[in-house]
Amino acid sequence: MVHVFLIHTLRATKAEEGLCRVLYSCFFGTENSPNDPQPHGAERDRLLRKEQILAVARQVESMCQLQQQACGRPAVDLQPQSSDDPVRLHESPCGAFRLTAGDPFQEPRTVVWLGVLSLGFALVLNAHENLLLAEGTLRLLARLLLEHLRLLVPTANLLLRADCIEGILARFLPHGQLLFLNDQFVQGLEKEFSAAWTR
Amino acid sequence: MAPSDSLSLSCDHIQNTRQLGLVASVLLAQGDQQQVRSLGQRVLKVLESRQPEGPSLRHLLPVVSKVTSLAPDALHEEQTRALSKRLGDWLRYASVQQGVAHSSGGFFSTPRARQLGPVTEVDGAVATDFFTVLSTGQRFTEDQWLNVQAFSMLRAWLLDSEPGGSGAPDADDKSELEGSTRSVLSATSTASHLLPPQEWLREKAFEYCQRLLEQSNRRALRKADSDLQKAVSARRAGGRAGARSLAQLPLSGLLGSPQCLVEAVLVLDVLCRQDPSFLYRTLSCLKALHTRLRGDPAWVRALLPVAQFFLHHGEAAAVDADAVYQHLFSRIPAEHFHSPMLAFEFVQFCRDSLPLFGRNLGVLRTSFPNLFKFLAWNSPPLTSDFVALLPSLVDAGTAVEMLHLLLDLPCLTAALDLQLRWAPLLTASALSPPLLAPGRSCSLPSRASLCTSSPPPDGSPGAQPVFHSAVQPPRPFRVSLQLLAGSGHRDVTVTSTLVSPWPVGTVRAGAESSFGWPGPEPTSEPSLGSLSAHRSLQAASERPPWDVSIRAPGCLEAFRDSQAQGLFQHLLRAQASGTVERLTPLYRLLQPLAGCARVVQCAEAVPTLLRAFFSAVTQIADGALASQLALLLLERSDSLYQVPGYEAGVHRVLSSQFPALCKLHPPLVVEHAKELLEFVGGPRSGGHVLTSVVWAIGEYLSVSWDRRCTVEQINNFFEALEALLFEVTQSRPSTTLPKCPPQVITVLMTTLTKLASRSQDLIPRVSLLLSKMRSLAQSPATGSMPGEEDAGAVRTRATELLNLLKMPSVAQFVFTPSVEVSEPRYHRDTNTALPLVLRTVSRLVEREAGLLPG
Repeated sequence: MVHVFLIHTLRATKAEEGLCRVLYSCFFGTENSPNDPQPHGAERDRLLRKEQILAVARQVESMCQLQQQACGRPAVDLQPQSSDDPVRLHESPCGAFRLTAGDPFQEPRTVVWLGVLSLGFALVLNAHENLLLAEGTLRLLARLLLEHLRLLVPTANLLLRADCIEGILARFLPHGQLLFLNDQFVQGLEKEFSAAWTR
Repeated sequence: MAPSDSLSLSCDHIQNTRQLGLVASVLLAQGDQQQVRSLGQRVLKVLESRQPEGPSLRHLLPVVSKVTSLAPDALHEEQTRALSKRLGDWLRYASVQQGVAHSSGGFFSTPRARQLGPVTEVDGAVATDFFTVLSTGQRFTEDQWLNVQAFSMLRAWLLDSEPGGSGAPDADDKSELEGSTRSVLSATSTASHLLPPQEWLREKAFEYCQRLLEQSNRRALRKADSDLQKAVSARRAGGRAGARSLAQLPLSGLLGSPQCLVEAVLVLDVLCRQDPSFLYRTLSCLKALHTRLRGDPAWVRALLPVAQFFLHHGEAAAVDADAVYQHLFSRIPAEHFHSPMLAFEFVQFCRDSLPLFGRNLGVLRTSFPNLFKFLAWNSPPLTSDFVALLPSLVDAGTAVEMLHLLLDLPCLTAALDLQLRWAPLLTASALSPPLLAPGRSCSLPSRASLCTSSPPPDGSPGAQPVFHSAVQPPRPFRVSLQLLAGSGHRDVTVTSTLVSPWPVGTVRAGAESSFGWPGPEPTSEPSLGSLSAHRSLQAASERPPWDVSIRAPGCLEAFRDSQAQGLFQHLLRAQASGTVERLTPLYRLLQPLAGCARVVQCAEAVPTLLRAFFSAVTQIADGALASQLALLLLERSDSLYQVPGYEAGVHRVLSSQFPALCKLHPPLVVEHAKELLEFVGGPRSGGHVLTSVVWAIGEYLSVSWDRRCTVEQINNFFEALEALLFEVTQSRPSTTLPKCPPQVITVLMTTLTKLASRSQDLIPRVSLLLSKMRSLAQSPATGSMPGEEDAGAVRTRATELLNLLKMPSVAQFVFTPSVEVSEPRYHRDTNTALPLVLRTVSRLVEREAGLLPG
């Protein structure tokens, strides 16, 4: 089960260094512990979630940065050479790390992340998920989002297209359920999505 | 948690499954427990009311899965049973015909449905058995979708729906389940039909997993079919370009069978835990699976769940799973340390399975050199995991070796880097030399003979001859290194295989002169030849994992150096060898790599790991081990791999740990007086360790800690420390040397005074020395005292000590308190002697100090 899916910026420009922006996030269910003394109210919960998301995004960013440094890849490598180049998703840095209970989520979680040029995609998972499946799903989602939203084109405005992202998530990650989709199923869902989207 | 009270969603009357799914996602995200429960009820009602051919139920299954994970009590027990039954049906009895394609032709075409025939296996053959997630077709029916959904949620469902520890449901369940599920049941009326739903589901899940194992085997059989494999790899490389023919591309490279295989094994594990009767049916096939997987690097990540299965059930099934663990711990880290995901999974596996290892914990413990390879290569994400893992890895028998390796961790990173860089060169020469065989010099040909022609002059790109394998077609990408576990006196030979993650044809002679990767984007299409297809997948999809900007010409030479070979062998060993080698020559050889970001990252992690190590080892260490470790600290403090900032960080930890070890075993100061004397008399680099050693001498060199302590010893130390104090304060050979930190000076003075208080003949000497120091500190400009503030601190300390020494018996009491003084009662009870004495002494000291100038 996926707890959160998020898209955020990686490697902000010099001017805004250290500033990691979350571009999109989706919580699948909440983690209200049953012994919560009192409900905090919607606004406080919302702020808490935003902080949680940001904490994950920052960690992903630094993990990605460290991995890139370790492989000796300079930051310029991360800008798209040209918008026509197919993105080499399989070459994109990816990794996983663990979040201990209480930091920032109540339960221990695993984060699987994928850095595509200047965008970071991450799944926050329950502790004992099938990581191989999660990694595959994340790559699939990244590919679909890049294709359908043309995210890497300079004029793409991700922030205004949350409905499209929702459409993709609702099919390929319904309610945070990781699906075992072979290629034919993926195609089927893509067709279904395209049909619904162009209508 | 609706944003406003007037805006609330309700799922009560929604019939449309898609709409219900959408509403559910909002309600689930709002997280109100009551809402989640009523949503669960609603979804169940819709699910129950539908016939299988009705509109898509598949939007609802993930909701159920989410609801049960958020609110485990949302479904009633009979609902859980009914759903279990249906899940079993969906798993086992999905249609094996492809879905109906509604022709979407022109306006005039009749709404004619076209049957596409049976679904196929992953290799294109017609399905031989029931439908699974690995079955392919062009269109899928609704029940096939449900099959996928059911398998996706199966493991979580099995775990969540397990009735709270009470075994199988009772017999009267059967009637209920018949009623609720009869509509869904397709064919088959086997005996298992009458099982209680939970068992029914397990039975079907078991069959499903068996079938997946069989299907993944099928894929493996076709490994030799390089066309298919290339097609898959081309799709990976080129995205969605290329014709897509069903027969040729039945399976996405992204969502392929390794994931299903992993899941199948995990589900089997759950099944066997819930119902041990599955164990005997599962064991044999898992054994076979392990044998099949262990030979194929592409499936390496599936080995972890298999190992986990054996950990859970090996004992119960009386299976000796040692071979599984041996393979896991000896081969995988050495071969796959550069895969970040595998590294994470492996360490998670170790961490999660710690309680299960039991008598096999020894295998884990002795494999720490191999496990540390993961850490050395991927230190940022793994440091916290290793901090958690270290207490279980530390063992009295291997603690010394482990500490050495921890201190050498950045060096290990550099060595692994070198190992990776070197592998393609080896492969290019198509050699499998007995490279690191002990006692033999390396039989690599000279560089000239590696080239197909002489290297081109510099600056002539394009004319560079490509390295080709001497043997055509090239051998699989594999270099065997004989790494000897141990330093030659054992016979255990661990064969380590280096799997190179990039293709053979791209190692160029031009690059060879600098031993660097020619560039991030190899221009020539690698000739994959008959490389193992999986390997090529791996090769085509990865760039080299090392820092290509750093060229290390001299380092690769080092691999051939006969002296260094043994050391490399030791550093890259797979298991604890019980021996310790001084790696100083390697530090020099690997120096060019010390600036690599990866090495620096690892060096930054070491202090944290050292702290975790010491806090674990002090729990188990006896006196002998403590003194061994203390000596090791002294020895290693000036013998470290020179990475920027590394030494300072390590010294900080070592200096805080030395007193702790002394406290653990105070006699070690007396026992190892000789080594300590050598240390304080020898050349030193930093002040931190020296300070703590000098402090420990003053604290523990006393008869009260060890009866063997003699006056000669005290005198010897006194003389050595006196000389040291003189050296650091007065005879600085050059102004370029850093000034001595005041902490060292004050600790030296205090220690000298402590020693004098124990051997009172020394008191005049130390008094003279202290007054000298005081006068020296009063005129900092002429002496070597650092700053005015520091000089003031030295002056104050000297004055205090001088005053104390005026009353030798008080000084002895203050400087060498008896052991009982640390007992709580001396500090709690104001009527006992200690607080009284302290107050008196401090009054005396203050008064004396007040009388003296400055």
